[in-house]
Amino acid sequence: MSSLLSYILSADFLYMWIRVATPILFPALGAVICERAGVVNLGLEGIMLISALFGVLGSYFFDGLIPGMLVGILASVVISCIFAYFHLVLHADNVLCGTAINTLASGLTVFLLELVTGEKGTSASVKSYSFPTVNLPYIQDIPVVGHILSGHNLLTYLAIVAVFLVWFFVYKTPVGLRIRAVGENPNAASSVGISVIKMRFLAIILCGVLAGFGGMYLSMGYLSMFTRDMTAGRGFIALAACAMGHATPVGAFLSALVFAFFDGLSNILQVLRMPAEFVQMLPYVATILGLTLFSIQQGMQKKHKNQS
Amino acid sequence: MNNKRINLLVDTVRMILIIAIAVALVFLIVFLTSKDPLNAIYSFFIGPFTSVRRIGNIVEAASPLMFTALAVIIIFRSGLFSMISEGSFFIGILGAMIIGISCPLPAVIHPIVAILVAGLCGAVVASIPAALKMKWDVSEVVTSIMLNYVVQFFAIYMVSYHFRETQSSSLASLLLRDTSKLSVLIKGTRVHSGIIIAFALCIICYIFLQHTRLGFKIRIVGDNAYFAKNIGINVRTIMFLAQIFAGFIAGVGGGAELLGMYTRFKWTATPGYGWTGIVVALLARRNPILVPLGALFIGYMNVGADIMSRSSDVSREVVYIIQGVMMLLIASESLLQDWRQSLIVKEAKKEEMQHLETGNEKEII
Repeated sequence: MSSLLSYILSADFLYMWIRVATPILFPALGAVICERAGVVNLGLEGIMLISALFGVLGSYFFDGLIPGMLVGILASVVISCIFAYFHLVLHADNVLCGTAINTLASGLTVFLLELVTGEKGTSASVKSYSFPTVNLPYIQDIPVVGHILSGHNLLTYLAIVAVFLVWFFVYKTPVGLRIRAVGENPNAASSVGISVIKMRFLAIILCGVLAGFGGMYLSMGYLSMFTRDMTAGRGFIALAACAMGHATPVGAFLSALVFAFFDGLSNILQVLRMPAEFVQMLPYVATILGLTLFSIQQGMQKKHKNQS
Repeated sequence: MNNKRINLLVDTVRMILIIAIAVALVFLIVFLTSKDPLNAIYSFFIGPFTSVRRIGNIVEAASPLMFTALAVIIIFRSGLFSMISEGSFFIGILGAMIIGISCPLPAVIHPIVAILVAGLCGAVVASIPAALKMKWDVSEVVTSIMLNYVVQFFAIYMVSYHFRETQSSSLASLLLRDTSKLSVLIKGTRVHSGIIIAFALCIICYIFLQHTRLGFKIRIVGDNAYFAKNIGINVRTIMFLAQIFAGFIAGVGGGAELLGMYTRFKWTATPGYGWTGIVVALLARRNPILVPLGALFIGYMNVGADIMSRSSDVSREVVYIIQGVMMLLIASESLLQDWRQSLIVKEAKKEEMQHLETGNEKEII
């Protein structure tokens, strides 16, 4: 047990913690924008999966990282538009709509994967590009801290920058204000001439771009290939992180770190003599517990408000 | 034409339109990707009817979907969106497997006990997100999906650590006892008596929802929770009970699937019947009595996709794309809504004209 503790406190673990937090942080930030506009985007899982595959295929067909990234983003925007159109214009319930997108994405990715590579499991047989790792100047020379903070994937740093960008967008720009107005009170917002559908459409597309980076991080950073259903529930964990962070960018960032901690823990616990299946359960159990604690606290706050 | 008939007409046209779009999509995908599209199309649409065994396959494929669709319907009708039927189904397989392997029981009693245990396991799993929702208002959508993963790993752990066939290189459980198997109904196929349970449950669920007090309360809670609360229904308890009941049905489905179709547990991941059950539930318009039709249709598409992937170069994942698109279309409440509206308005105007002409006020209430 003490060896476990020392491992958790080691620089290697802290490095990995940041690494596994990235694919939760991106979609969680996207979920924040959506939630602010009054939409719970349950299609995050599918959107991530689609962009994870299209990033890989794009970089393979156009032989380059940038085209791959553009294809990946384009794919996630297209699938987000489908979600938005059905949810906002045709009034499909967001849970059903999200589930449909996830089903579609799971099937479509395997279908296309087999069409291109002839295999159903992974894209290992095609040569695709990955986002580069970045060594931060000066910081990398600091002992321990340098080892933890430097040498991450480009997208990891982008995710951290995105926390500030999303914060700035939501709180400091006119469009962000309109999005929040639409989420807070759609009737009031539309009475002063803000189009509720347009704002929500925009929020879903922006969310799609962020989720798209999250998906591409999985297949072009965390791993260097696409594997079937590789998102493994991260889209839903991101939704939980968004809710726990009270739909604020910084809150979502902190919650994403909490969930990523258990994800990281499940990576290192495999060295212990514990059934692998229990270790693999950990991130999901942590999400259930996290949401429960959050809801208990919400309930207590509500009670408190009612009393005073 | 009264409103009821207008609704029936619009709903029917809507369903036909959606199925037509789905079929068109199959054609589109096959013609875009296959080198021998005609062969692929033939195998997909006609293939499932070319032999008794294949027609049997359709029924076999429909059987688990009927259970999960019923579970989904009961949950959705209570106004919740728990996705637990996937997890309940899988834990049901595990529960039936444990009884099927380790309890020596006489022939007829064995599968009954195993299936009841499977149902109980399903109900227990479904009670977790249900209780969290009831007690602390935790969002059941995310917790149920997370729990599905937990259930999957737990079941695989149980099989690989306690019931594993050590002779086999891949993950497989020990053989089920012969006494635990469900009997085959039609020779030359694998259609098993589990399908009778499925049909019976469709009828039971229909009666339950339409003609019992609890079913009535579930529907009121689902239609308007606020109203239900104000007429003195304990909304949270009703929602809880609905989820437990649904979990039980899904669990029974898992048990029947294992004992009817397999000789041992061989899954390495949840089979996805819970998710497909949502499509079936929507196709059946959330009406238990229509579930067999929806399940047979989706079963037919799955068998068609299987045959197509074996006899041509198009992979079976096409069917998931189609299911996703169908789910999107069925969920779109505004689809054809304008038409429905204009029909109703037209009818109302006609009635008004008649009323003016005859001047008989008693005819119109």
